[in-house]
Amino acid sequence: MSEQTLTIDDHNHHDHGPAKGLLRWVFTTNHKDIGTLYLIFSLTMFFIGGMMAFVIRAELFQPGMQLVDPGFFNQMTTMHGLIMVFGAVMPGFVGLANWQIPLMVGAPDMALPRMNNWSFWILPFAFTMLLSTLFMGGGAPGFGWTFYAPLSTTYAPPSVTFFIFAIHMMGISSIMGAMNIIVTLFNMRAPGMGLMQMPMFAWSWLITAFLLVAVMPVLAAVVTMMLMDIHFATSFFSAAGGGDPVLFQHIFWFFGHPEVYIMILPAFGVVSEILPTFSRKKLFGYHSMVYALIAIALLSFVVWAHHMFTVGMPIGGQLFFMYATMLIAVPTGVKVFNWVATMFKGSLTFETPMLFAIAFVVLFTVGGFSGIMLAIAPVDFQYQDTYFVVAHFHYVLVPGAIFGIVAGVYYWLPKWCGKMYDESLGKMHFWLSFIGLNLTFFPMHFVGLAGMPRRVPDYALQFADFNMMASMGAFLFGTSQLIFVYLVIKAIRSGKEAAKVPWESAEGLEWTLPTPLPYHTFTTPPVIEQK
Amino acid sequence: MNLSTPKGLIILVVLMFGFGFALVPLYDVFCEITGLNGKTAGQYEGELTTKSNEKAREITMQFIVNKNDNLPWEFAPNQNQMTLALGEQKQTTYRVTNTYNTAAIAQAVPSVSPSAAAEYLHKIECFCFEQQPLDAGEHKDMPLVFFVDPELPESISKITLSYTLFDITNSTAPASDPHKVKKVGN
Repeated sequence: MSEQTLTIDDHNHHDHGPAKGLLRWVFTTNHKDIGTLYLIFSLTMFFIGGMMAFVIRAELFQPGMQLVDPGFFNQMTTMHGLIMVFGAVMPGFVGLANWQIPLMVGAPDMALPRMNNWSFWILPFAFTMLLSTLFMGGGAPGFGWTFYAPLSTTYAPPSVTFFIFAIHMMGISSIMGAMNIIVTLFNMRAPGMGLMQMPMFAWSWLITAFLLVAVMPVLAAVVTMMLMDIHFATSFFSAAGGGDPVLFQHIFWFFGHPEVYIMILPAFGVVSEILPTFSRKKLFGYHSMVYALIAIALLSFVVWAHHMFTVGMPIGGQLFFMYATMLIAVPTGVKVFNWVATMFKGSLTFETPMLFAIAFVVLFTVGGFSGIMLAIAPVDFQYQDTYFVVAHFHYVLVPGAIFGIVAGVYYWLPKWCGKMYDESLGKMHFWLSFIGLNLTFFPMHFVGLAGMPRRVPDYALQFADFNMMASMGAFLFGTSQLIFVYLVIKAIRSGKEAAKVPWESAEGLEWTLPTPLPYHTFTTPPVIEQK
Repeated sequence: MNLSTPKGLIILVVLMFGFGFALVPLYDVFCEITGLNGKTAGQYEGELTTKSNEKAREITMQFIVNKNDNLPWEFAPNQNQMTLALGEQKQTTYRVTNTYNTAAIAQAVPSVSPSAAAEYLHKIECFCFEQQPLDAGEHKDMPLVFFVDPELPESISKITLSYTLFDITNSTAPASDPHKVKKVGN
């Protein structure tokens, strides 16, 4: 008996480091390793999707057909959207979740570590398959990331089958990742941590994970129907056989609208962690923040048709979806005001994570406002499929989702690798990104309102100046992301040792852990003080 | 269904996958109940409702056609427009010509504008209820017998009935599936 006790003690004293060699990354079930893999994958996809954006903006630099043929241009817009949504933003947030959720709720690892490994390793194969369509006869899918039927069925290139299979794999990966997070958060919180004591980042991911589990299967269903229409002579979306192409849009957006919240809610969580730290105040209105998250998630299921006001909906339908959409501005407003109230009268400092978080609050709100404009059904008839829509969703995705991920990486990097990043490089990265993205996307509002359609390789002369401005902004934004890569590598290789709590007044279980972080943490659960 | 366990979550995933497919019939049911989407009902089997005592309101019916996939066939209404009283039974025909030198099967799909009028347009007989087999070069006058319900809202004075013609010779599955054919008639 005593011998056994001795062995166990011994076990605890020796820190089990990672396995040696590259196969460590293939077989790993450690949440930190898998988080790193997700983040590296996300960054890689961000650059691949960014290259496609470069092609798009280079073609649009001047009016007229310059560099690529229209078919390839369409493939670029389609693949840019798919890769950024499914390859960059979603895995980026799953990476943050893998790193942070066990650390923040005092769990030793994710609840289902083997599944965790599997859900990551599906992704490289899914995206290799998706990217391989670029080299296939007939080219990659060019029907837009929303792949409306019949463009994606009757008129699709042969590579569409690979696209469908890739979407299935991404869906399986996301569902497994989401299940893992739900099970972890429900069952592995440190003793004494109730649901309402969870950090906001954990809350935002719990809600996001439920959205994923609920709507990714619907995406799988709709691509399965496409597959059947293409290969098994069914007529889900073909009017000739009794189907309806508009049905595709309904099912797609039933998935698609919750999907856009999947891409933003975790960013809400990250910002809700960062703003209190650098304001040296508690998060304002924790409870209302949680309820607002739940309200946004529930409302996301009943607003899908605002993406398709122009398909010929009766006035009653338009009114319903218009009002339901505007209702979402209420819980979102609660969140924005709470963030502002958190900063109000705080002693603010502006380290890089805080800069990204403040830019998030301001620019996400800009994107939110253009969203309310688009929600107004009668004016949406004017804005539908113009660059105004492009401006809107890039304002919520770039300074929203992407800034959320980047802010989270800056904030937690000192804990993850035990080294500080170069603060002045970080600030340079922020300001160049900030200027670059506004230069890119703000003019798109104007050309959109003036009627420039999206997804076109050429445009009328009157849009030339704003488009040139947008293209220059895009090149600035894209290249300044290289600073980020350099900064992270520099921090890991030669950064200064980070303190255990690198940020003054940072709160949360993750900061109670030693720096550099051991490979295994919270093997005995922490004690939560009841307040 | 315990949503804090993998088992419960897997059940939820499977249910939601099924729900995606369930949206297909649900969407049809929803359109049928609400009359949205300009979908007309199938064959009308009720009584002809005429208010013979007072002079019924007259409306205009317009007949237009579309050909899908740049189908080279000739397809046109024999009468472009007619005036009729509400409740009055009318007949008209559409002429189709198979310009291929092989036999083919056509299917017409109707749509009504304004969509609010769809539920008041009752078709007693319609070529759209059935697939139309045509020999090479064959002409056919396809009948449509209908009336407009006297309950038609005052605000509607003109109804446009559009047929889109599809060549479904190559899609074998709908031809062998009687349910699909019936659904087409909607």
